[in-house]
Amino acid sequence: MIEFHLDPRSGVATYLQIVQQVKEALRLGTIDVGDQLPTVREVVADLAINPNTVAKAYRDLEHEGLVVAYQGRGTFVSSTLAPASLRHHEELRAALERWLQTAASAGLDEESIRALISATLRETLARQVA
Amino acid sequence: MSPAPLDARDLGKRFRREWGLRDCTLTIPQGAIVGLAGPNAAGKSTLLALAAGLLAPTEGSISVLGRDPLREPSVLAEVGYVAQGAPLYRSFTVGETIEFARRTNSRWDDEIVGDLLTRVASQTKVGSLSAGDRARLALALAFGKQPQLVLLDEPFARLDPLAGREFLQLLMDGVAETSATVVIASHVIADIERVCDHIVLLTGGGVRLEGNVETLLESHRILMGPRRPLGSIHGVQRVVRERHSGRQLTLLVLSDGPIADPSWTVDQVGLEELLLAYMAPERLPTPSPPERLPLRWHG
Repeated sequence: MIEFHLDPRSGVATYLQIVQQVKEALRLGTIDVGDQLPTVREVVADLAINPNTVAKAYRDLEHEGLVVAYQGRGTFVSSTLAPASLRHHEELRAALERWLQTAASAGLDEESIRALISATLRETLARQVA
Repeated sequence: MSPAPLDARDLGKRFRREWGLRDCTLTIPQGAIVGLAGPNAAGKSTLLALAAGLLAPTEGSISVLGRDPLREPSVLAEVGYVAQGAPLYRSFTVGETIEFARRTNSRWDDEIVGDLLTRVASQTKVGSLSAGDRARLALALAFGKQPQLVLLDEPFARLDPLAGREFLQLLMDGVAETSATVVIASHVIADIERVCDHIVLLTGGGVRLEGNVETLLESHRILMGPRRPLGSIHGVQRVVRERHSGRQLTLLVLSDGPIADPSWTVDQVGLEELLLAYMAPERLPTPSPPERLPLRWHG
């Protein structure tokens, strides 16, 4: 479950800090559709902030269609901000790791690997644009 | 609509020849967490004692949850009041104190007290509790009444920062549980800034500033620029505080629109600085009536 933290010196209103932290977690996929947000009471007892502030943050998230509040049960994530590609990340990462091993056994050091990757990336992107 | 938790009209209280509170008119919105701020002897304790039915007004009127606390003391069953220093019987144990409160209050919920009051053993004598635990016990007892209004007089005065934070956590937990309206008197703004969404500033026995915190912060700005004779500034309704240092001029202003003049550096203002500016003696005596901001809380 997501845990909130506050930066009192940020100058950002407390309810906005909560909204931003939920959105960031949604973008990174650390919370997903169906996950429950902590109850207002849990947040309040944890951070020592006004329950109205938490309620306001949750209302904002609900208006944006990101969460749904069910009376008496809690507030649940109903939509995600994670890019659709996020679910492919693991697979791609595994392929990349295999490639890195091949490069290492071919004798490339870290600098050569970085150089090869960035050069290839640059050329590929240039071809796509052209 | 239910009546306001606290409503005062031209309220005044005189002690012998001194006025403790005078011309106090205010309405506390339902569900608000109110910071009652002001220097020592500003009238904060007097206002709370009048609301708790412990004092009779010399003039004007006060109404608590729509009723007069002196003529209809039954309303006090719905008010949790914690006086300065959280006075409790020192020779009682925690358990006996809770039992006493249970028997003397018509509305009582053991569950709330149990939920809120963890970590305090019931066999402990109240006299040997730490200041923080005693404050939390007094607060838990106030919530045990299932109050609609909680009045706290300088609850942080004897608490170290950690105990202060724990007290706030318990207070906010209690508010989430009971939806009570809360008024916290404190002369240290930093103690209440984290939680309060409404401010009443008392100075010299009168209301100096009142309003929703967000609205107040949005409507005030700090302007910094080279020193100059002050004419009217576009976007500024009123200068609250003016400070010079060398060739630099710093203003805290009540603003009524964007301040476009590029010779001013415009900055937001924090609650503490705002209240200090309104408290500043160089701005007194001020023309009454107190500041009533154009935008008001609509709960």
